[in-house]
Amino acid sequence: MSAMLPVVQMKGISIAFPGVKALDEVDFRLFPGEVHTLMGENGAGKSTLIKALTGVYPIDSGSITVLGEDRKFHSTADAQRAGISTVYQEVNLCTNLNIGENLMLGHEVRGAFGINWRATHVAANEALRGMGLGHLDSRQSLASVSIAMQQLVAISRAMVTDAKVLILDEPTSSLDAAEVENLFQVLRGLRDKGVAILFVSHFLDQVYAISDRITVLRNGAHVGEYLTPELDRPRLVSLMIGKDLAAFASISRAATSLESAGATEVLLEARGLGRRGRVEPTDLQVNVGEVLGFAGLLGSGRTELARLLYGADKPDSGEVTMRGEKVSLHSPVEGLSNHIAFSTENRRDEGAVGDLSVRENLVLAVQARRGWARPLSRREKDAIVDRYMGELGVRPSDPDRPMKNLSGGNQQKVLLGRWLATGPELLILDEPTRGIDVGAKAEIQEAVVKLAEAGTSVVFISSELEEVVRLSGRIVVMKDHRKVGEIVVGPDVTTQAVVDMIASDSPPSGHTMAEEPA
Amino acid sequence: MSARRAVADRVTGLVRKQWFWALVAILVLLAINLVNDPTYLSVTVNPQNGNLVGNLVDILRASAPIIMIAVGMSLVIATRGIDLSVGSTMVVSGAVSMEFLKDANSPESVGVAAAAIAMALVISTLIGVVNGLLITVLGLQPFISTLIMMLAGRGVAKVITSGQNTNARNDPFQWLTNGYVLGLPVVFVLALALVGLLALVVRRSAFGLMIEAIGINPKASRMAGIRPAGILMAVYMLSGLLAGIAGIFAVGSVMTVDVSRTGYQMELDAILAVVIGGTSLAGGKFYMGGAVIGSILIATLDKTIVFLGIPASATPAFKAVVIVALCLLQSQRVRSAFGRRRTSVPPTATPTAAVAAKEGVSA
Repeated sequence: MSAMLPVVQMKGISIAFPGVKALDEVDFRLFPGEVHTLMGENGAGKSTLIKALTGVYPIDSGSITVLGEDRKFHSTADAQRAGISTVYQEVNLCTNLNIGENLMLGHEVRGAFGINWRATHVAANEALRGMGLGHLDSRQSLASVSIAMQQLVAISRAMVTDAKVLILDEPTSSLDAAEVENLFQVLRGLRDKGVAILFVSHFLDQVYAISDRITVLRNGAHVGEYLTPELDRPRLVSLMIGKDLAAFASISRAATSLESAGATEVLLEARGLGRRGRVEPTDLQVNVGEVLGFAGLLGSGRTELARLLYGADKPDSGEVTMRGEKVSLHSPVEGLSNHIAFSTENRRDEGAVGDLSVRENLVLAVQARRGWARPLSRREKDAIVDRYMGELGVRPSDPDRPMKNLSGGNQQKVLLGRWLATGPELLILDEPTRGIDVGAKAEIQEAVVKLAEAGTSVVFISSELEEVVRLSGRIVVMKDHRKVGEIVVGPDVTTQAVVDMIASDSPPSGHTMAEEPA
Repeated sequence: MSARRAVADRVTGLVRKQWFWALVAILVLLAINLVNDPTYLSVTVNPQNGNLVGNLVDILRASAPIIMIAVGMSLVIATRGIDLSVGSTMVVSGAVSMEFLKDANSPESVGVAAAAIAMALVISTLIGVVNGLLITVLGLQPFISTLIMMLAGRGVAKVITSGQNTNARNDPFQWLTNGYVLGLPVVFVLALALVGLLALVVRRSAFGLMIEAIGINPKASRMAGIRPAGILMAVYMLSGLLAGIAGIFAVGSVMTVDVSRTGYQMELDAILAVVIGGTSLAGGKFYMGGAVIGSILIATLDKTIVFLGIPASATPAFKAVVIVALCLLQSQRVRSAFGRRRTSVPPTATPTAAVAAKEGVSA
């Protein structure tokens, strides 16, 4: 393999933004027929490097060679013409068009009278078959298939343009395990055809399952390039964060000590809480100061149930009591006034207010609860900002920077701070660690444990079962919009127990498998 | 040296402001007028009452109604909305006050003037309430809701005046537009004072923050516990109220409401003033001061058109040319094109890339 010429060779790439050196003399190379993973914490420069390669950012110095030719990319179109295709984290397709139209957009088959739609769909179906997606019909609306399938369509689209290089930025962050395996099969197929694939993911398991080579970045600098079999996980993680993993060890200890704490007081109790088509009527109990995990596959109803608990969606059945008193949770305003806070999994659309500053984002929920007529004083705002930017380690620590300029992990910390500032009794965290790096992940997990110790109840939702099991005292398992059971986490409970419960054929009445001991 | 640097920084900061180019445009228009008539800018003091007289004073007076509706519009636009009914609200407000003054027929009474104003403003605010209800309760798009009110409003005005142009006499009422305070037109001073008061309320409370949050990301704002319905309602009510004030300013100078001309197409002037002032039509951040400067530019432009004797038929075209030029100056792309020239990229790079791309495909 080393005898081959790299299809992409980036040398000494530097990019500076006002006040920050985003990339400092970074080298990167990509060989045909390999999956090469770019690893690094948020803000390490992964996205910047990808944007340099796809023509989004101009480079200040260094050289980019594609197929032996020196290139200067001024736009994404330049990069595409050079055979570099990108599939972004959020699927960039038109959900109102059908699959074939999405696939062939800009490459429609043309006949004497303009576009020949029949031939276009034939070509689209052929492309789908070539990707092992023969079961999809190109005339199906894109909105009717799952996010995972949309992602595969996006990749197929990249291949229609005859790309030599395929860049996948966090392609798996909204996929479940089976879908990820499906994606990887497609990727392996492409790799064997000689496509060079640049892969970015925060899931270590996936990185080891798919990649042949790993390049590590840290703080905008190149740390090294390694063959995957020669780099073990602990070493990779310590290369990324520049220190060892002691933080993680202490978190798991905290969780176990918490679980042994005795008397339980019920904070919130839901009876028959449900919403047609989303969550079947569910009984649920959240105790004071516990971390309650919601586990289940994507689309199992775990997010939907959490949304009902906050009032983000209006339930159409059931009732909720808090500390024995009946409460109405029909809107976020009501959730907030009952001291419930909900951190969404959809950070971009439902969390961050991009053009506002970090300061304004931090105080938003507290201010909303007070109403517009009673503004927080400068001093009160500063107190919130100082406290949570410090405690959560938001970087850069400039509260007047626009939210949109922060990396994903730091935006997540700001949002966590926004909710903590409201002093919640129940904090619902939906995928708080998705798409963020190992270091930020540890900090957020640590914050969760500390909160629970201080008496706040936390509902913790994550696709990473291992994380749910480690942090939670009790786990609600969801499947097909239904609660199928609960697991009390003891020293001998592993992710396997959760997987078994999801996999088993549960009785139709559900939620009877394991009850909370009194 | 560092002092010079600071001054340079301040100048570049000023140039980056959207409304900077509006200021430049105002000065350019005034300069054109000055070339045509060297005495254009002269402001004289009326020896009898000490009031200022001149074209500049006229421009300020004419800008007052535009300022009112533009500032209201800036809040509406910030929430991702639009209020097309402000022009019609102006004529309703004018019609209500004129009819009332005509019926009361007491040319000296301050009380009657106050009652006319109060009535006009209540009805204007009600129009805003209807807009707000259509948008928040029925969930109609702001464009459609306010378009309905734009058509309905002028109809209502015609019903109020039985289709006639109504005139009346009331000196205190007329003083609001034609009078002077501290040598300046009352109407302009009043407009600035109202804007200042509104700015204080909007920026010192959390109202402005919530408007911006809703405009930037409505879903996230809802999740953060902001009630969008209340904020939207307040914004459309304010827009209606301000349009009502603008209507009073517009009819006050001639003491006549012309049901087909008063406020006609003023919503477009307001939208232009807002955009010129740096508020994006996509919603989000808003700039009330920018809207004021934009309004003064529109008023200057209107006066210039008259002064240069541009035929009425060519007026829209002339206005369009000025606005397009201004928008080009403000646009990010044009400005970054100026900026890029300094950091210069070799122009030969593009053809090389194209050739290479061809080879890449054939390889």
